[in-house]
Amino acid sequence: MSLPLIKLENVSFSYPESEGGDNSFAVKNLSLEINEGEFVAILGHNGSGKSTTAKLINMILAPNSGKIFVDGKDITHKDMSEDDVFEVRKKVGMVFQNPDNQIVATVVEEDVAFGPENLGVPSDEIRKRVDEALEIVNMSEYARHAPHRLSGGQKQRVAIAGTIAMKPRCIIFDESTAMLDPIGRKEVMNTILRLNKEEKITVVLITHYMNEAVLADRVVVMKSGELYLDGTPSQVFSEPEKLWQAGLEVPQSVELMHRLNTELGTKIPLGVYDFDTVAELIKNNI
Amino acid sequence: MNFDVGLGQYYESDSVIHKLDPRTKLFFVIVYIVAIFVARDAYAFIPLACVLVFAVILSRVPIFTILRGLRALVFIVLFTAVLNVFWTSGTEASMIFQYTVIPDTWTITLYWEGLYNAGLLAARIICLLVCTTLFFSYTTTPIELTDGIETALSPLKKIKIPVHEFAMMMTIALRFIPTLIEETNKIMNAQKARGADFNNGGLIKKAKALIPIIIPLFVSAFRRADELATAMECRGYRGGNGRTRMKKLKMHLRDLFWFLIPVLLLAGVILINIYGNGYKL
Repeated sequence: MSLPLIKLENVSFSYPESEGGDNSFAVKNLSLEINEGEFVAILGHNGSGKSTTAKLINMILAPNSGKIFVDGKDITHKDMSEDDVFEVRKKVGMVFQNPDNQIVATVVEEDVAFGPENLGVPSDEIRKRVDEALEIVNMSEYARHAPHRLSGGQKQRVAIAGTIAMKPRCIIFDESTAMLDPIGRKEVMNTILRLNKEEKITVVLITHYMNEAVLADRVVVMKSGELYLDGTPSQVFSEPEKLWQAGLEVPQSVELMHRLNTELGTKIPLGVYDFDTVAELIKNNI
Repeated sequence: MNFDVGLGQYYESDSVIHKLDPRTKLFFVIVYIVAIFVARDAYAFIPLACVLVFAVILSRVPIFTILRGLRALVFIVLFTAVLNVFWTSGTEASMIFQYTVIPDTWTITLYWEGLYNAGLLAARIICLLVCTTLFFSYTTTPIELTDGIETALSPLKKIKIPVHEFAMMMTIALRFIPTLIEETNKIMNAQKARGADFNNGGLIKKAKALIPIIIPLFVSAFRRADELATAMECRGYRGGNGRTRMKKLKMHLRDLFWFLIPVLLLAGVILINIYGNGYKL
């Protein structure tokens, strides 16, 4: 097993404005490893510290205690220079919630070029990367368009292209689908899946939509700043009571099977299955 | 709703004018404007207008579009023209008519000079407007323009003038104009739904009604700025140093031609000023 791409060791963080007390920690004693090529979904109720975790990995925030390693390098080290920070951001890209507030330029392709331009990539190479990135997110035909004319899902895909063009090893999606309509959400989720499967980019998806988390290889649930559950979607969702305690929902199919089990006394093995399997399981157990 | 504001009047085409380097366009417009204001002889406006018509034809922007752009300024042109007609005094011989409104206190006198002045001033304003809109908004995207300004002014970086930062600010401002207009509309609708009245009352009342729009707009603009700054940092932005560009500006042979035209034009205008015998402003 190779070195994990991202590793958090007993990381704690509290926002400066909050005062003392154990509860004020946004992230508390969190240890987590994310391997190269993985697709990890981080679930959690509002204020569970999931967005803070993302910002810690990307060095927008610095932890109060604990260590964070990105690609084997300690990024919590005291004498991290500006160049080191730069290196981390080259490896770990981030896509935020509001698509409007992360697009810088007035033309789509110029915006995608923004990242590589900052990295000092030569002009011809930028052109190539921009075309490739737009191709990956299926936005090539909008290259010359103005971003404000695009739909939410399209804007978000432009933002993703802007991150891909920097050739990161890992992309963190910080509730990137939260502000989108169902169609936009689907477009963005398909893009994320393709990035992970075809481009082999490690994906950390922060979300509170269960049906998105189900698509991941691994689900991490956070509760008030701490790691609460960690496992495959099937493992995590087979314990609906625990998720309800964390203030989360479970996928509807799981909820249905759980209720059948408790109210009718059936013994359907809980987990995440596709539509037909769920129907089959219910049929066989009733 | 359609939010095409100000600089967003780009007319898509691949004409010679569109392909000119933005720095050439900047130079052209600046020298052309100087020429317009140097021109004092009525004949000097003939070459000025000819060059402009030539540029318009080459740019393939429909005349109709350009005329529509002038529509907004009809009032200003008429206003200055009318002022000039009545406020220019001339000689007894050039008087056209005189009308006494109030004996011994107010007489309106119209001279030929006044008409000439008005005509030349209108010509000036129209040339100025057609030239700037043609070169800066119909044929140049805002991003090309800011790029042009940035590279043209880059020598100033040596004396610590933050040229890159200004260009970046301009780009972001342009990027957020439509977003903020959309937001203003949303806030106005939200306030209307709560019973706000923006259409009635005097000037002061109307101005006061704007406060509940401006404050949320500012708050949200600051939040946006904060988020944008984080996103830019995440994308490795650290100022102009070590930054490359996808599109490098490159001068071509045709740029040389368009550098020469305004210089020759200015020289011509000065010569006509000295030797011409048309009416002088």
